[in-house]
Amino acid sequence: MASAVDSLPIVGNHPQAEVRSCDTTSLPVCLTAQQFIRWHAVVAVVFLLIGGIGALLLALTRWPAVHLLDAEWYYRILTLHGLNMLIFWILSFEIAVLYFAGTVLLNTRLASKWAAYVCFGMMLVGSVMVDITIMGGKADVLMTSYVPLMATPWFYLGIIILAVGALIGVFNFLATIYIAKRDHTYEGSVPLVVFGATAAAIIAVGTLLHGAVVMIPTWLWSMGVISEIDPSWYRITWWGLGHMSQQVNVCAMVSIWYLLGTLTVGAKPLNQAVCRGAFVLYILFINLASAHHLLVDPGVGAGWKIWNTSYAMYLAVLASMIHGFTVPASIEVAMRGKGFTRGMFGWLAAAPWSNPGFSGFFLSLIIFGFGGGITGVVLGTQQINIMAHNTLRIPGHFHVTVVGGTTLAFMALTYYVVPLIFQRDFYAKTLCRLQPYVFGGGITLMAVGMSFAGSYGVPRRHWDIEFTGGQFAVGFDAGAHAMLGIMGVGAVIAVIGLLMYVLLVVAAVFFGPRIAGQAMPPWHEEPARPADAVTDQSEEHKTPGTLVLAIVFLAAFAVYYFANWMWLADVWEVR
Amino acid sequence: MSIYNPPAGWFKAPTGAERLWVGLALTWCIIMSLAMPYWHFYGKQNSTGESYRVSVADYGARVQQFVESNTVGTEQGVPIVEIAPGGDGYLLARMWAFYPIIKLKKGQTYRLHISSLDLQHGFSLQPLNMNFQVLPGYDHVLTITPTSSGIFSIICNEFCGIGHHSMTGRIIVED
Amino acid sequence: MATRDPNGKHPIQKLMDNPWLLLVLGIVIPTVSYTIWGWIELWLVPTATLP
Repeated sequence: MASAVDSLPIVGNHPQAEVRSCDTTSLPVCLTAQQFIRWHAVVAVVFLLIGGIGALLLALTRWPAVHLLDAEWYYRILTLHGLNMLIFWILSFEIAVLYFAGTVLLNTRLASKWAAYVCFGMMLVGSVMVDITIMGGKADVLMTSYVPLMATPWFYLGIIILAVGALIGVFNFLATIYIAKRDHTYEGSVPLVVFGATAAAIIAVGTLLHGAVVMIPTWLWSMGVISEIDPSWYRITWWGLGHMSQQVNVCAMVSIWYLLGTLTVGAKPLNQAVCRGAFVLYILFINLASAHHLLVDPGVGAGWKIWNTSYAMYLAVLASMIHGFTVPASIEVAMRGKGFTRGMFGWLAAAPWSNPGFSGFFLSLIIFGFGGGITGVVLGTQQINIMAHNTLRIPGHFHVTVVGGTTLAFMALTYYVVPLIFQRDFYAKTLCRLQPYVFGGGITLMAVGMSFAGSYGVPRRHWDIEFTGGQFAVGFDAGAHAMLGIMGVGAVIAVIGLLMYVLLVVAAVFFGPRIAGQAMPPWHEEPARPADAVTDQSEEHKTPGTLVLAIVFLAAFAVYYFANWMWLADVWEVR
Repeated sequence: MSIYNPPAGWFKAPTGAERLWVGLALTWCIIMSLAMPYWHFYGKQNSTGESYRVSVADYGARVQQFVESNTVGTEQGVPIVEIAPGGDGYLLARMWAFYPIIKLKKGQTYRLHISSLDLQHGFSLQPLNMNFQVLPGYDHVLTITPTSSGIFSIICNEFCGIGHHSMTGRIIVED
Repeated sequence: MATRDPNGKHPIQKLMDNPWLLLVLGIVIPTVSYTIWGWIELWLVPTATLP
């Protein structure tokens, strides 16, 4: 790093008239980036709506008392739901997040407007192609499209186009952080949120390369150019796409936790080195966990399974446990600094729970940690997976990571994106304030029902647990049916929360009052400093409440972990 | 602030509660890292992935030979086939049934081979809830010891087309 | 670990400030540990000798 560069003044590299100063934060907003953030965000919400309608139909089918769809349409909608939710909605939103973090927070322009058009166009065309083939009944192969189950070539081609488009968007982000450094638009290290977004982008590159390696031969196979794809090779490589993409979500979500902590209560990380170190552990090790899907497979041995499923000795779990501490700790420090020092949890009680940006993000943190994190590690324990593989325990787990965690965090962020980037205000703010609780509560209830039904052995991706037409009579315990009912009720509540979100966002984005030129209306009134506030400076760096919460978390984790080992010891012996 | 460049000198070791938590979390991760290798060597339930490459035709023929030489009865037209203790048994998964019915004795150890004639399938033993993947082209060997007796169901828990929900099988274990 | 360059930057901080090195490591480590090792495992699966 030449010192000649360091001595230059810090100025943005924005061309004339392509930047505005944010009326709320004074941050410089690249207008090109803003345009594409808006486009990707709008498209993301459309895909969320499609996936959400699918979710309702699926839940009402797997709820045995309702059993709505027929078998063909159940699997068709399941394919649609998985791809629209896990890939189209989340990936589109993530590209928007990358464009925001790469430009606004680094005081730079977007590297290439042309590449941004290509990225947006390809992602849209690819996604629509996939949805058309699915709804046309040409791709009833579920999201995983495990060979030798075959879909129309247009299905695989759509995924390839989408993946290449997304990769171009990710490269545009990486080029943006490159030109920011080159043009010296900031000093020192990048902000933590940008660092987290970079981690997400790096993981996305690995993800999308795996997608290309698996999907291009499969596409050729579907056209008869290649005669055979080894099913185990496909599984290993496809999960490099399927699971790694979910790690992109984890990174994006954690970055949004830090971002919303700052935007809602002015939190700052206790120790940047710890937070960044945790992101580095994600970059290096979290992608090994694609092995979670192959723990009871033939073809790969115990050494490969144990090493990879543990993320190299649980270093990525360590990272999540660190974020799970540092995020609430930063909130605690910020709130104590505002005088809310009473007792262990006075800071938490006084937090702005009426601010959907805060409640959504904090619920996301709790649901992801206590729900998704603990179940993920336990189900991903190589031997315990024998009792979990392909049962409803698996979707029970990932609906509290990727939905209760990632999607809820994205929703929470939207309550800031709409006023700050779309420069529109929300209507019906009471409903906005309620929405994260409805969605978070519904999805948690649904995941609890799924997980317990899965513990009874109820399979995932299964139309009829009465096994109608089977050669032998099989059925499940009444408890399993009750759990599927709980799942159904939770899903309906969650879909109501999702529809609230879509309606509120659409109303605001297209018809909301314009607020360009003025600061965004605050979601909560800054609470008055308590009269009995302790002014001791050292109080501002203490986090006893978070430490207690973290130890409660660790205890819950350990109980669930060892209980599963005990249950495992009761089944047949197998090697 | 997470959205601004950190002040110089941000790189420092954690202190206080944060340091304590990093230590606790690391300890827990090490415990979990040791648990899986421990169970691999000393636990009784493992998925070692023992498997062999096999053509669909060869595997189908082997199952047929196994059925012809070891059938001890039929149920609903499906042969019930007994595996000799310590011996090898061959189970077939295909759209949409498991074939044949396997008969075992409690406390004996068997090498149960499973493979598929067509798509990927899931071997899910109920109500025990033990699950293994079944792939065409791979002979997946489970060295199993039933520790309970009765009539057990096999259900398919990997999507295998429109009749997936009707794909079932049986394992009978006698005392 | 404790060695610092003349600018006073810890080596780990230099890693954190270098997205390109992180990009390379973040692709190479999982690709080798998960993907390539997995493919090798498949390649080493022996052929069945059905009695």
